Amino acid sequence: MNNKQSWIDQRFPLTKVFNEHLAEYYTPRNFNIWYFFGGLAILMLGMQLLTGIFLTMNYKPDAEYAFASVEYIMRDVEWGWFIRYLHSTGASAFFIIIYLHMMRALLYGSYKGPRELIWILGMVLYILLLAEAFFGYVLPWGQMSFWGAQVIISLFGSVPVIGPDLLVWILGDYAVGDATLNRFFSLHVVVLPLILVVLVFLHIVALHTVGSNNPDGIEIKKVKDKDGIPKDGIPFHPYFTVKDAMGAVAFLWIFCAVVFYAPALNGYFLEAPNFIEANPLKTPEHIAPLWYLTPYYSVLRAIPPLFGSQFPGVLAMFAALLVFFFLPWLDRSPVKSIRYRSPIYKWILGVFVVSFIMLGWLGVQPVTPLYVLLARIFTTLYFAFFLLMPWYSTLGKTKEVPERVTG
Amino acid sequence: MSEQTIDLKKRRFLTNATGVVGAVGFGFVAWPFLSTWKPSSKAKAAGAPVDVDISKLESGQLVRVLWRKKPIWIFKRDENALLSLNSYEVIDNLADPNGTGNSKNQQPSYVTSQFRSIENTESIAVIVGVCTHLGCSPTYRPEPGAADLGGSSWKGGFYCPCHGSKFDLAGRVYAGVPAPTNLEIPPYKYMTDTLIRIGTDPELS
Repeated sequence: MNNKQSWIDQRFPLTKVFNEHLAEYYTPRNFNIWYFFGGLAILMLGMQLLTGIFLTMNYKPDAEYAFASVEYIMRDVEWGWFIRYLHSTGASAFFIIIYLHMMRALLYGSYKGPRELIWILGMVLYILLLAEAFFGYVLPWGQMSFWGAQVIISLFGSVPVIGPDLLVWILGDYAVGDATLNRFFSLHVVVLPLILVVLVFLHIVALHTVGSNNPDGIEIKKVKDKDGIPKDGIPFHPYFTVKDAMGAVAFLWIFCAVVFYAPALNGYFLEAPNFIEANPLKTPEHIAPLWYLTPYYSVLRAIPPLFGSQFPGVLAMFAALLVFFFLPWLDRSPVKSIRYRSPIYKWILGVFVVSFIMLGWLGVQPVTPLYVLLARIFTTLYFAFFLLMPWYSTLGKTKEVPERVTG
Repeated sequence: MSEQTIDLKKRRFLTNATGVVGAVGFGFVAWPFLSTWKPSSKAKAAGAPVDVDISKLESGQLVRVLWRKKPIWIFKRDENALLSLNSYEVIDNLADPNGTGNSKNQQPSYVTSQFRSIENTESIAVIVGVCTHLGCSPTYRPEPGAADLGGSSWKGGFYCPCHGSKFDLAGRVYAGVPAPTNLEIPPYKYMTDTLIRIGTDPELS
């Protein structure tokens, strides 16, 4: 055994990597339930890659056959429905996990220095994942696929001057059609998954360079024993590999309940009009993107056309995403964790979370004057959370941060 | 071996020069790849005109045909509809009733009637059924007074289910909705009294 190991180690740093990232990678001992979601996100990435590879074996990226090929997978391929529901439910589950993972960062100040780069890589991952999900939703070529693509791609047509040409370039035709579907298939199954995997790798490398934050927002590397091991750290393997495995089991239990008993989840995971084949002559009565895109969709709808152009709304929508990148520099608070923040900050974070959820809810509702007004109010609150942060994050009295982790 | 010292300045110049030439080369190689996303020759050729026979079109009826993969509406408006299009209740609520503002490029120059159709064929409207907001196809709601669209203030028109834009029966956009301009009128001409060719301009003499 030892012989074999040293034979490999002379040629590849196997033991070194194993120790550095698992057996001798020290993780804060006070992790709580919020720290399950990073590992679960990797589990979901694996799930989507595995089920995606098998779906590709029967799916046909052709406007004429795409819808029928998905129905073929559902009805005629042995266990095809299972693979497809794992993939479609997996997409929504992935986003639930990602949103909770991001919430954790907001709660415990994990985006603050020295973890700015982890946060930025994470935000790039999040935006690419939104794109990946959007491309994926187009592939079944149902009514929602078609008209969702039509609306989202039209956003680019509102760019001043180059808009119309850009639109045609993205479509590869003068309307959403076979060319569009085919290139989205390539992006969905090759380009974005490759980039996502590489970025996840970089996200983890950056994390392992600075080490994990924790619910107390304390740097455990500041207090080390005589061997240079953080006193509040325990090795990732076996302690957290076992803990994460337990979390994965609990998660998969809930996940499977949805896959087997409510795969469309009342229209939230798979929308009813998407079970009708794409028809370029008729828009469904009510169209809305899938739930994980709706907060941004609400921002888009909240902004009225200015100067005869929809572009300001489109800018606001992208700004709502991009503003997250600046979080590490907008937050001027001396403490990281919500546990030691001022009461004012706790209230403001609460308002932000409510605004985000309300924008998401409004995004699936039809347009009425009341809902437009609400969307405008919550859009304002959403941006206020970021833009006023340099000011309010210094307000109020913070609690004293302990030397060592608690609990 | 020679005792020559390393000329760092020269080395930096050569590195930068290589970088610049490489970047230009990268741009040249990127071009063919990016060009594959443009509409292919086949897609361009598919934009041929479409003929529509309107001899059986009833008053109030709307037919949809595909031209350049876009839905085109051909519908017949009755006297009441045309009167309402000219009423102040409609005109005063439109963003650009005469098509001279933001909507000035939304119709061919020969579509001159106030009802946005070719002169002397006012009852027949030919409109691209694509919302100028984000490309959904609005729903045909010709019935005046529809309760869900504002009751008595609704004079008939089109309602976009995606973001709530409203248009009148001439495809003119109402003020205060997300769509910035009137619906587009495609190039079309009458081959005979009952045959419309969509996608071709009439010979202008």
